[in-house]
Amino acid sequence: MLDVPNWPGHLAGQHVDLRLTAEDGYQAQRSYSIASAPEDRDLVLTVARVDDGEVSPYLVDDLQPGDELEVRGPIGGYFAWEDRMTGPVLLVGGGSGVVPLRSMLRHHRASQSTLETRLIYSVRSPEDVIYRDELTELAGDDTIDVRLAFTRTSPPEWDGLRGRIDAGVLDDLGWDSSPDAVAFICGPNGFVEFVAQSLVALGHPPRQIKTERFG
Amino acid sequence: MAPVARGFHGRRRTEESGRLPPGQYLTLDFPVLSAGPTPHTPTDRWSFSIDGAVDRTISWTWEQFLALPTEEVTVDIHCVTKWSKLDTRWRGVPVDSMLHNVSTSAQYLTAWSDGGYTTNLAVSDVTGGKAWIVYEYDGEALEPEHGGPARLLVPALYFWKSAKWVRGLRLTDEDEPGFWEGYGYHNHGDPWREQRYQGD
Repeated sequence: MLDVPNWPGHLAGQHVDLRLTAEDGYQAQRSYSIASAPEDRDLVLTVARVDDGEVSPYLVDDLQPGDELEVRGPIGGYFAWEDRMTGPVLLVGGGSGVVPLRSMLRHHRASQSTLETRLIYSVRSPEDVIYRDELTELAGDDTIDVRLAFTRTSPPEWDGLRGRIDAGVLDDLGWDSSPDAVAFICGPNGFVEFVAQSLVALGHPPRQIKTERFG
Repeated sequence: MAPVARGFHGRRRTEESGRLPPGQYLTLDFPVLSAGPTPHTPTDRWSFSIDGAVDRTISWTWEQFLALPTEEVTVDIHCVTKWSKLDTRWRGVPVDSMLHNVSTSAQYLTAWSDGGYTTNLAVSDVTGGKAWIVYEYDGEALEPEHGGPARLLVPALYFWKSAKWVRGLRLTDEDEPGFWEGYGYHNHGDPWREQRYQGD
């Protein structure tokens, strides 16, 4: 949770650049998706700890309230929820790719959007799910549908999606029959690439498929 | 002076640090960061053209393109998302030779690609041995995810200017911001001056 003086506001889906400066002047910068909605009072980032990362272990393990960071943003107007969208929206997130999508769902609720919106969120196991309770709550809205997919281990008595998201799942759950449908896909590159190509193959217009790839 | 992040040490790599522009970190991977789905254009339907503010349009089929004299180049590349990759090896046709028979007074161009991507450049950014249309990476045919069959390569600028899936250069009298430039990224994109976003 960051307190950024003069924060200009953002669109759901955008990210910020964080810059850390060590005492000797050495600097490192990384980008992080904004997890909070534009309407939320606080700017929130959700950072996944990369084991051999240079920056994320510091942010996850060492950062304390009162610490100062340099923040630049918001950045990226392309992978962003636009209020003028008319079509149904498909959000597909793999692992920490759900972060900007969570911002979009919070904005959907806060702005009382009526767009049919479905999130497909793929994780390895139950302990990898972030925002579990919040997503359940958001799914209570008539126009929001949330589907979790577990690729490795699923909770006991799970009757939902299991295994990697495949073309069959996207055919069932995608909005391919709607010409205004927009898809936002976010996560590791291999995941995004597969989902994007599958949607194209199912007839989803390529220009209405937006991707954000975590390398 | 920037605020110090208490307790942050970072990870120093002294060997290559002189080759990394400000704010960049070294990667040994080759990340893919395209904005939409990957186009897949078969080479029998591919063509490359130079048009716009020119005396005549020129275009090449894939076979004609491959018959042009090529060079192998090894360059460092720098992505605006902070990663840099050193000593990347490419094979392609210098843009100088593609513009050789073109007569133009235009100072700018838009590189345009399959899938709708565009990026704008000054003619001076792609001439004088600074740019190639490349079709091989690391000795192999360039994969679609990395821009194949052919992409533009302009190593002196942030890598979003090295348009993937490039199909042509359109010479323009005015500088016309391309895809990322229209979304707030810097019009020029020099990594050594850290020109990432508008206003930098």
